[in-house]
Order: sequence, then structure tokens, then C-alpha cells
Amino acid sequence: MSEPSLQLDEHGQLRHFLTAEGLERALLVSIMDTAESFASVTEQTVKKVPLLRGKTIVNLFFETSTRTRTTFELAAKRLSADVLNVNIATSATTKGESLLDTIRNIEAMHVDMFVVRHAQSGAAHFIARQVAPHISVINAGDGRHAHPTQAMLDVFTIRKHKPDFGQLTVAIVGDILHSRVARSEIHALRILGAREIRVVGPRTLIPADVEALGITVCHDLESGLRNADVIIMLRLQRERMSGAFIPSEHEYYASFGLTESRLTLAKPDALVMHPGPINRGVEIDSKVADGSRSVILQQVTHGIAIRMAVMSMTMRRRAEGVAA
Amino acid sequence: MSPRISIQSGRVIDPAKGIDDLLDVHIAEGRIAGLGQKPEGFDADQVIDAGGRIVCPGLVDLCARLREPGFEHKATIDSESRAAAAGGITTVCVPPDTYPIIDTPAVVRLIQAKAAMAGRVRIQVIGALTCGLKGQDLSEMSALRQAGCGAVSNAYAPVANTLVLRRALEYAASHDLLVVVRPEDPDLADHGCVHEGPVGTRLGLRGIPYAAETVAVAQVLALIEHTGARVHFAQLSSARAMRSIARAQEKGFPISADVAAHQLHLTDESVEGFDAQYHLRPPLRTRADRDALREGLRDGVIAAVCSDHQPHEPDAKLDAFPATEPGLSGLQTLLPLTLQLVETGALSLMQALAAVTQRPAAVMGLTAGTLQPGVPADICVFDPDAVWTISDESWLSAGRNTPFWSRTLKGRVTHTLQGGRPVFELDPR
Repeated sequence: MSEPSLQLDEHGQLRHFLTAEGLERALLVSIMDTAESFASVTEQTVKKVPLLRGKTIVNLFFETSTRTRTTFELAAKRLSADVLNVNIATSATTKGESLLDTIRNIEAMHVDMFVVRHAQSGAAHFIARQVAPHISVINAGDGRHAHPTQAMLDVFTIRKHKPDFGQLTVAIVGDILHSRVARSEIHALRILGAREIRVVGPRTLIPADVEALGITVCHDLESGLRNADVIIMLRLQRERMSGAFIPSEHEYYASFGLTESRLTLAKPDALVMHPGPINRGVEIDSKVADGSRSVILQQVTHGIAIRMAVMSMTMRRRAEGVAA
Repeated sequence: MSPRISIQSGRVIDPAKGIDDLLDVHIAEGRIAGLGQKPEGFDADQVIDAGGRIVCPGLVDLCARLREPGFEHKATIDSESRAAAAGGITTVCVPPDTYPIIDTPAVVRLIQAKAAMAGRVRIQVIGALTCGLKGQDLSEMSALRQAGCGAVSNAYAPVANTLVLRRALEYAASHDLLVVVRPEDPDLADHGCVHEGPVGTRLGLRGIPYAAETVAVAQVLALIEHTGARVHFAQLSSARAMRSIARAQEKGFPISADVAAHQLHLTDESVEGFDAQYHLRPPLRTRADRDALREGLRDGVIAAVCSDHQPHEPDAKLDAFPATEPGLSGLQTLLPLTLQLVETGALSLMQALAAVTQRPAAVMGLTAGTLQPGVPADICVFDPDAVWTISDESWLSAGRNTPFWSRTLKGRVTHTLQGGRPVFELDPR
């Protein structure tokens, strides 16, 4: 597997952050610990540290996003970096420019980091292979493949409440097939030693041979939720109805929507999570989304600290490299 | 006049005749004049010393896209003819998905003329099954046949519905045309780019399920029962589809099949790391499939090994994996990859060479693929022990898109003759 070697330098430090797959447990813990140290920064009145002063970070979004882009932007600004947002969904590639040309052009503006979101799986890997050695690439979501900072902020949120991963049963519910979030969460949770990871959904939304990732598959929500410590609900995209994956939102909610009564099947202190944006009444009842077990807004807050951690860690390597 | 040539002291293997012996091969007037003893009154103008080498019929490749006309930025008939000759291939069958599409005699003749100008390889043109490969209206198959097409195909393009497919098979059968089917149900393939399985799932790449191939095979088999058409299934990727074909063959169906050489070696695990050189169509499948395809080749269910040559310009592979164009450049790796099956014990040398000479020739109904006296002298001489590395120096195809780049392969062509004329000779250095 080339992922670890592509995203790590010779000292095992992050050079890019493309996927959680293949990373050492210690590295994931170190990302969370670093995020913990930044959490206090974001609570101060002056919410800035000078770690990335003079660095230029480009948010290169080939797919639209609000939450992920804004939290990356805030994270970069709190590290004192200069941030450039490039929204390619409405830019050059619609004029026929190739992905590689887009990268080369922005690279020529002497930037230090790309934060990339792209509709194609493997796009971040491709870009990481193509950029100059001093540039870091952070994957902000590539196709169905990976969204590693989301997974890290999820496990960070879980750790805040339930620090012993070895005790945890985690249920990931919904459209696993199209979900980069689910794939990255599975890798991160496996590396951190979660006791059991279940994916729950209709067969049409569960990818082939997903058990090979070391997880169990449930096709009914009730058995999927039983005694779960953590429940991660995934967003159901509207276009899944037209693709013949499910018949209707109504039927989906009836079968896989998280309601208060179904929540009682899980452990009494179970956490309810969602990477957002949520579809109230489609995959989750508002009472649950806004209820006492929900940590959905904490996830958003933690997203900033996690992204600060990942950005500073990939760039720290280079700062030290120059000093040495 | 073509020169009189004697290829001396080589180990001659002609699977068509079951010959495996140290013999001289004599060539006159572009044809095999005799094996062994020099024919009476024969004086060689040129002698090729094939000591320590194997002399076999020139290879017959059932599927190679030469990209001309229409995609000359990828490759040309001239460039790929050189690559074919360097790979010991003397006959290539080209699918109809050029631009313009091969659905009229004019395009057939254009390709034949270009091939004659390049002068290295015989091109057997496969005509379009439907007009413009649109899957709606039948092409003028009789005209295509008269222009030299022995087979028709819709390549990767879908046929609109089963009724059109039925009629196309019936019509092709009435003109005694072989129908080449690359079995892939377009709806089930659903724009996938890898095998649907654990690796594709983990990498989040859209999968092409087995069913895309098995459903397409089953559909065609049911229609063959109805129409009596002769069908060749091209580039099988799965054990399941192969087994359906084997069962139908046992029942006497007039069908044959081939497999691409790389499909007998690589598996979906190679996709790890998103290297676009492994973006192939049909996709690489599992080890179990690969092993079953090897067995199918040995048992004769699969008649032939082809290159499934699809050269590309570099940009075609420079993007995120799913956005790249599928396919590899395979003319020069066909022979070494097939010979590797002898090393692994999957095939005897005779079987391996049959799969790239006599058997594909038989599928297409060609007289090529044998060294029988009297036939055009299409000959490949290779050193089975020579190891070579794929590099700028050794690679002649305009498409450098091969996952085997910089790899070392065993078995290297030293001479290729087509119609009795030397068309390739390895620089002895």
C-alpha cells in the first residue's frame, strides 16, 4: 500500500493528510492531543497563534461545501496563515482546464498548502503526487474514498466523552456506499481499537464486501443500534431516490430514521453524531438531533481544532526541515 | 521480389501442426517454401541464424486499437505497426470504434490502405454491428464483409435493446459473419472503473460487478440458441462468465472466447494507491478469477490470448483515477506475458504459443498462425530466455501507458517476418 509512504515523510511524520488508512495509532492520538492544545486557543478572546504566519493555504474546492470549507478557513486563519478560497465548481475546469493544469497554475503562485475537495476518489492522492515537494496536501473529501479530517474530529469528539476506544461499539447508519466519511471513520476507529464497528443500512446502500474492512453489517436498524455506545447517522442525499437505491424518504425514515424510541435500544449514555448537514425527518428526528445525547454541534466546533492540528503538523515538518 | 530467406538452426514450434523440432525454415516468394531440408533449387539470399531461439508463426492478436483514424494524438497505424512487429505480431484485429466508426467499406479501405503503407502488419478489420455503433440500426454488413471484414462487433457501445441484438445476430449469421461481443451490461457497469469488491469498496471507487459480465453473456447465449449466430466473447474478466461459456460449449454452441494477457497476471489488488495505469476495462478482478481464467485457457474454453492494446497519450492517465481513460498499451507485452504462463506451469510452451497463433487465427477464420508450407511467411523468432526492460529504448508504441513500465520481462522477439519480408529485427547491439 502506498498511502502511508505518500503521506508520511522518512521520520513517519505527516507530510500530507490524505487518508486515515494505514496510519499508526500513535499518530492519530498525536493529532487529537495537538487539537486539544488548540481547543483553548479558539476559546480565547484573541483567537490566534502565529504558527503558520507567512504561509499561504489554498482551499481548493471542486465540490461545494460550507461547513468543511469554512472550518478549514477558520483553522488556517487562527494559525495566522493567509487563506485563498478557490471555488473550482464555478471556475476554470468548467472552461475545460484539466485538474493538473489547475494545480500547476495555483502552485505557480507560491503557495504552501492545498486543502482539496474533489468529486473523484483518488484526487487528493493524484494531487499529492504531482505537487512540488514543499507543498502539503490535505484531503477535505475525495469522492467516496476519504474525508480524514472529518473522521479525526469525530473520534476526537468521541474521546472527549468516552476515552476508552477498546470498550466502544459504534454504529454507522445510512448511505455507506457513497460515504467517504464512513470509510474514514471505519479506518480511524479500527486503528484506535474500537471493539465493534457496525454499518447499518439497506443492501442497496452498503458497498460490496465491506466486511473486509473488519466490521459487521446489519440491515435492520434495531439490531444495529442494540447496545451501541456511539451512533453516527449519515446524510441521505436526495439523488439516491432517482438512482433506485431507496423508494422514498418516507420509507427510509420508517426503516432507518433515528427516533427517540429507537435510541432507547442503544446504551443509555450513547452519543448521537452526524457529519452534517442533517436532513431532519429523513435520517434523524429533530428531537434526537437536538436532544441531550446529540454532540452534533460539538463536532463542528472540534472541526476547527482538528484542522488546526493537521495543518500545523504537516507544516511543522517543513519548518523543522528548514531549521535543520 | 521478396528475398529468399532461410531461418536456420531454430527450434520450430508450429502448434497448428504439432511441430516442435530443430528445423530450418525456408521462405520464397513471400511464402513458406519448406521446413527442414532445403527445397530443390532453393538458394537463400539471406540467412537468419536462429540458434538458441524459437521460430513460431507470427502472432495473431484478436484485439488491438491502433487509434487511426480519429485518435492520431494517441497513436497511428504506422506507430503501432512498428510496435506490433517488435512484439512478433503479424496480424491484428482492430475493433470498429475508430472515428469515423468502421461502419462503411470506405473506412475499412482507408485502414487497409494505411496498413499497406505502414507495411508491417496485416490488419483484420472488425466492422461495426450497428450504424455508428449507436445500437439502433444494423450496419451494412454484407458490404463490410465484401470489403474484408470477417467479423462485426459493437465494441463497448451498448445495443439499444434485446430486439436489436437479436436482429443483429440473425443478420450477421445470414452473412456468415462472426459477432465479437465484449460482454458488459452497460447499466450494471454503471460507469464503474474497478472490480466491485473489497479493494474498490475500500478505495471508494465505483465497482463493475461480476453481473455486468455474466448478465451480458447469458443474454447473448440465450439469443444464440434462438439465432444460431457464431459469437466470440472478447476479453473475459471473470470466472463466472467463463463457466457459463464452458457450459454452453459443452452443449455445442458455436462460441469462442479470449482473454487479455494482463488479465492472466494482474489482479484488483494492483489498484491500491490509485495508479491510473491499472485503470483497465474490463477491470482487473480477483486472484480466483485470474487463476480460473488461466485454467480456462489451458482447458480450451478460452481459445486465445490477446493484447487488448489501447494506447493513450500521457494526459489520458494524468487525473484522478476514475477520470482517467482505461486501457493499456499491450502489443509488446503480449508474447512475454503469455510465455510467463509457461514459467508458472499454467501452460505448456506449445499451448502458450497456440493461444497467440493458431487458435486466434482459427477464431477469425484466417489462414495465418501456421508455418505450413505454402502459406504466407508470417514468422516470429524469439529468444525465450532473453530478459529485457520496458524503457524508452525498447518501447515502440506511441502509448507508454503500461503498468509494466520499467519492469523486466522474459522472452524477446529478435526477428519478425510478414509475408516473407523482415519487418523487425532486434538491434544486436
